[in-house]
Amino acid sequence: MTGATPSSQIEKHRRFSARAVLLGLAAPVGALVFAALVCTAILVVSKHSPADVVDSMVTSAKRPRTFVIALNNATNYYLAAVAVAIGFRMNLFNIGVDGQYRLAAMLAAALAGASFMDGLPPFLRIAMTIIAAMAVGAAWAGIAGFLKVTRGVSEVISTIMLNAIATALVAFLLNPNRLAVLTGNDIHTPEITAGGQVPGIPYPGTSSATVHGLIIVAAAVGVLYWFVLARTRFGFDLKATGLSESAAVASGVNVKKMVFLSMLLSGGVAGLVGMPELLGGAHSYSLNFPPGIGFIGIAVALLGRNHPVGIAFASLLWGILDASSNGLDVSGVPKEIVAIMQGVIVLSVVVAYELVRRYRVRLEQNEVGRALGRTQVPEAVSS
Amino acid sequence: MTNAVQLTGITKRFPGVVANADVNITVRPGTVHAIVGENGAGKSTLMKILYGMQRPDEGTIQVDGAEVSFHSPADAIKVGIGMVHQHFMLADNLTVLENVVLGNEPRAGGRLDFRAARAKIREISGSYGLGVDPDRLVDDLGVGERQRVEILKVLYRGARTLILDEPTAVLVPQEVDELFGNLRELKAEGLTILFISHKLDEVLSVADDITVIRRGTTVASVRPGEVTARQLAELMVGSALPVPELRESTVTDTAVLEVDGLTVLATDGRTVLDGVSFTIHAGEVLGIAGVEGNGQAELVDALMGIRPPAAGVVRLRGKDVNRLSTRHRREAGVAFIPEDRHRQGMLLEATLWENRVLGHQTRVPNARGPLIDRRGAKVDTQRIVHEYDVRTPSIDVVAAALSGGNQQKLIVGREMSGNPVLLIASHPTRGVDVGAQAAIWEHIRRARAEHLAVLLISADLDELIGMSDRIAVILRGQLVSEVDPGAVTPQELGSAMTGAGEEVA
Amino acid sequence: MTAGLAVGVETAPPAPRRRRISPTWYWVAAVGAVAVVALVRVFTGANDLTSRGTVQAALTAAVPIALAGLGGLWAERAGVVNIGLEGMMVLGTWGAGFAGYQWGPWAGVLFGLVMGALGGLLHAVATVTFGVDHIISGVAINLLAPGLALFLSKVYFSNAPGGGQKQSPPIRDAQHITVPGLSSWLETLERKHWWLVSDVAGLLGGLTTQVSLLTIIVVLLLIGSVFVLWRTSFGLRLRSCGEAPVAAESLGVNVYRYKYAAVIMSGALAGLGGAFLAVSSSQFRDGQTGGRGFIGLAAMIFGNWRPGGLATGAGLFGYTDAMQLRGADAVHALLLLLCIALLVLAVVQALSGRRVIAAVAAVLGLAFGWWFLVTDALPPELVGAAPYVVTLLVLALASQRLRMPKADGQVYRKGESG
Repeated sequence: MTGATPSSQIEKHRRFSARAVLLGLAAPVGALVFAALVCTAILVVSKHSPADVVDSMVTSAKRPRTFVIALNNATNYYLAAVAVAIGFRMNLFNIGVDGQYRLAAMLAAALAGASFMDGLPPFLRIAMTIIAAMAVGAAWAGIAGFLKVTRGVSEVISTIMLNAIATALVAFLLNPNRLAVLTGNDIHTPEITAGGQVPGIPYPGTSSATVHGLIIVAAAVGVLYWFVLARTRFGFDLKATGLSESAAVASGVNVKKMVFLSMLLSGGVAGLVGMPELLGGAHSYSLNFPPGIGFIGIAVALLGRNHPVGIAFASLLWGILDASSNGLDVSGVPKEIVAIMQGVIVLSVVVAYELVRRYRVRLEQNEVGRALGRTQVPEAVSS
Repeated sequence: MTNAVQLTGITKRFPGVVANADVNITVRPGTVHAIVGENGAGKSTLMKILYGMQRPDEGTIQVDGAEVSFHSPADAIKVGIGMVHQHFMLADNLTVLENVVLGNEPRAGGRLDFRAARAKIREISGSYGLGVDPDRLVDDLGVGERQRVEILKVLYRGARTLILDEPTAVLVPQEVDELFGNLRELKAEGLTILFISHKLDEVLSVADDITVIRRGTTVASVRPGEVTARQLAELMVGSALPVPELRESTVTDTAVLEVDGLTVLATDGRTVLDGVSFTIHAGEVLGIAGVEGNGQAELVDALMGIRPPAAGVVRLRGKDVNRLSTRHRREAGVAFIPEDRHRQGMLLEATLWENRVLGHQTRVPNARGPLIDRRGAKVDTQRIVHEYDVRTPSIDVVAAALSGGNQQKLIVGREMSGNPVLLIASHPTRGVDVGAQAAIWEHIRRARAEHLAVLLISADLDELIGMSDRIAVILRGQLVSEVDPGAVTPQELGSAMTGAGEEVA
Repeated sequence: MTAGLAVGVETAPPAPRRRRISPTWYWVAAVGAVAVVALVRVFTGANDLTSRGTVQAALTAAVPIALAGLGGLWAERAGVVNIGLEGMMVLGTWGAGFAGYQWGPWAGVLFGLVMGALGGLLHAVATVTFGVDHIISGVAINLLAPGLALFLSKVYFSNAPGGGQKQSPPIRDAQHITVPGLSSWLETLERKHWWLVSDVAGLLGGLTTQVSLLTIIVVLLLIGSVFVLWRTSFGLRLRSCGEAPVAAESLGVNVYRYKYAAVIMSGALAGLGGAFLAVSSSQFRDGQTGGRGFIGLAAMIFGNWRPGGLATGAGLFGYTDAMQLRGADAVHALLLLLCIALLVLAVVQALSGRRVIAAVAAVLGLAFGWWFLVTDALPPELVGAAPYVVTLLVLALASQRLRMPKADGQVYRKGESG
């Protein structure tokens, strides 16, 4: 028996890959079903009707306006999830996407709203705003990257700290004496004038909401992310570092450089997170600017398995759940049931992925063992 | 007289492999019973079953005539079985005392009775001459002391049957003799010892009974007086063991690797590699002999550019490479077979072809500019699989699905690609079966004939003596002597490695 | 602290290896620190730096942080990283609100503890049984818990008398005790504003006046944790799971069981911290924890995974927290304190030969000193960031002294190694 590979076995391996795809789907679907069951149980125990909840959410989701809001939410979540996923792929936990995008959005909003920007052509204004946001996000994440490569500080801890520091900084800067203006009771950065805004894309069936124009940027980021990871040397080094740091080092990967670069990249993408909303909807940064997207990004990246397409589906699901939950409070069911559902999905999906991973490794070892005849009990060799 | 241990019909399956099939072993009390078999034959799994770390799928275990069923090591400890693991199982950040009493602590009024524990450890340590201080931190102990702590752990639990899993792997011949002396003493006290090894001369000198395991099953039970090492080898692998040897000298006078005054400091400032100088020529194999932990790992790291040296020069084909990164050194023709293939040699969860790219990310046939050439890499992986006899159904399976020997053959094939000028081989045949071992030796011989320079580091003294043109001995980070492999015995080499035999220099 | 990338940065112990600081030195350092603070008080005239009221407020602020930190300590000593502390605290606040308004503060405390323990159980199931990455499980719990708490709040508190959608009806506070005589004598001393004497009097006064019974229980819990973790066989086994789980398993220790125990205890302590927050502020409110779980984690790291250290860290962070509510000049004086601390660190690092770090510490120290000199007030928004900045500085400038449990954050599976 040599390493020759009969075609039947290759064939078998192909089918086995198709099965792997099915296995891959089993985990998220299983997690969704499990989460639905948990939420049903909670609703029943708290004396609400699960059917009413589903009905209310489906009715809401059918409205074009809700869908547009869901899509806009999903755009933000997608960018946050890609930012997180860049780190995840190399075993780096950028818990700090949250602080990075809020600080970036706040400072970029202040820049975009500044009066001197009025004289510039729209394209330049928008480009400057986006680049500024990416730079701020990258710089804030870069602090964690720098501490990691120079002092070995865990990025989990440093980004948690940086999140809180970012909160304090934003509160400090969002003050009429500093970067903000006061309109009535509302503190916000100066309104971005029309030339600095990105027009929305109309959606059939609704006139009160438009799809954020920067959804195109999110799509481009997704394609770029896929290409870099799957096709470039940089992406190979990044994945190799994630699978085994020691093996990557021995293969010639400069891990410190990779860590710093991917923190910068992750932070840069994180900087983009607030842009669709800022330039397409809110037009200024205020206390009402959506918080917590960085943490949602972690959940979405996990659900989407760090894969650009998986993340797209996951963020859309998240967006729809969020947008359709808004009507629940009116019907007497706390809309936090959706937050519970999302939390359960995250927990159960990581458990499910882990179980599937173990099963898959066993399956593959069995396949190889069978192909090489290792699973037969050797006949007793007479002594 | 009842048997100390009797294993009957033990079978254990893992995904894709049967580790043990119908194993039958009878161990008489008060004897040293050796279990021999080559790497991957299933010895370790069997011992884990006997120590309660794995459960058998079939078969029974009897201890002192009574059938037992182990759910955890605690159950095995209860019936008097203790295990000295090949890889030390010690918590570095705890004291010797804490490590020894863990799981079996003396208590006094709800708290751990440190005084009683200390007294008992001192007593055992004194009566067996182990010389262990209970209050030292394990982190501060050397290799020999750690092994004595491991033995103390077992004795502390009052074990009557000791399992020693490849205990001589980290010892030089003189230390092995000491250990065997200890084993005979323990036997005289009526203890039973199960001794796992694949070193046949050791087995023949210490054992009372020998059980041979081959491909997961027991194939013979013999007495040392009845067999020769050669017969034992044939029982073990079905043929004569491959012999590591070089043919005629192929040494040229082109210096490939010149190392001058290389010094490496540890993180706490200790000197772990101290002014090392040597030269390897094209077509030459330089062996490095030394007890593990004497600077070999640091030497390899410094040569690969993984760890920066504090002083010294490394020249590759006359060019100073000291400032080059690991990647640039690899591109300049340095091939690397690392000591621990799972840690440094491969990505276990990546496919074979992705593992082919690893370490050669920037070179044809794996890369085109900044992009990965998937097609080129796959075609070349197919070539390696054929040329190096890597047994796999496909190049799209993950590396973890292959056996150790096949993983190592893939690594050797990869590293021999791209016309290297220098091969750094660290324990290239550790933990692989004899078939793979013979193949790897043959590949090194062939590469040497094609004027490759080789730095060979190994703990297997036979391999080192057989496969080297010259052997340098490393001790406490210094190259202390150089020996002629044609004229040295393993005993003499062992003396040199411990610094006891300077006369062979 | 995670199983993440190590990047080969040398964080090995310093040359005189792990020489434990003796208790005497600890006291000398503590007295020295008080003396410096006293000096700063005299120099800046910010009497609130060491006033009784500040110390009382600091103690109240420090207790939940210490509880979260202690929770982190238990889990991480057994090798499980718990960044879900924040979420478990949130569950504790709700639990305290739910039981507290109906059956009194002690029922609230107990129920908060149980809710936290349930959160810990969830974390244990995910990380120990299913081998999920500890960080991921923690993040998921932090997402889940606030949603659950708010959901339950809306269900149970909306229609309760005095309650609302996002808050519980009022809870009675736990009893407070004052050491009679001593307290008033200390107060007179404090009013003199003598250097060091009045400062110590303020400190002791704060610790002996109107102290909540809950606070005393927390101090006992801290001492009890030291005893259990370092003096009993249970503690040895638990710590061995965080240092070398494979070795522990090979000696018959049921690693899973000890990890479960540790993580559930961790959740219970965090839940207790949440309950303390709710009870001491007389009701459950949505978002009440305000990141204190994370500050607790920071306090634990600041304290080098040791109870004494984490208590110091919690005290320090509680102190900065209390400062936010005190006079502007006291807050401003914090800058000077930070400057002095960094300069001391610079000298220490320079003496042990780490010149670059010493220089960085000195530059940062001088920067804070300069900030103190050129401004009259520190914006209150920034004071809240102090614990986080201090922790980052400790990690960046003094990390060579930190030693976390060796197998901390690594997923362990039974029977897979050795």
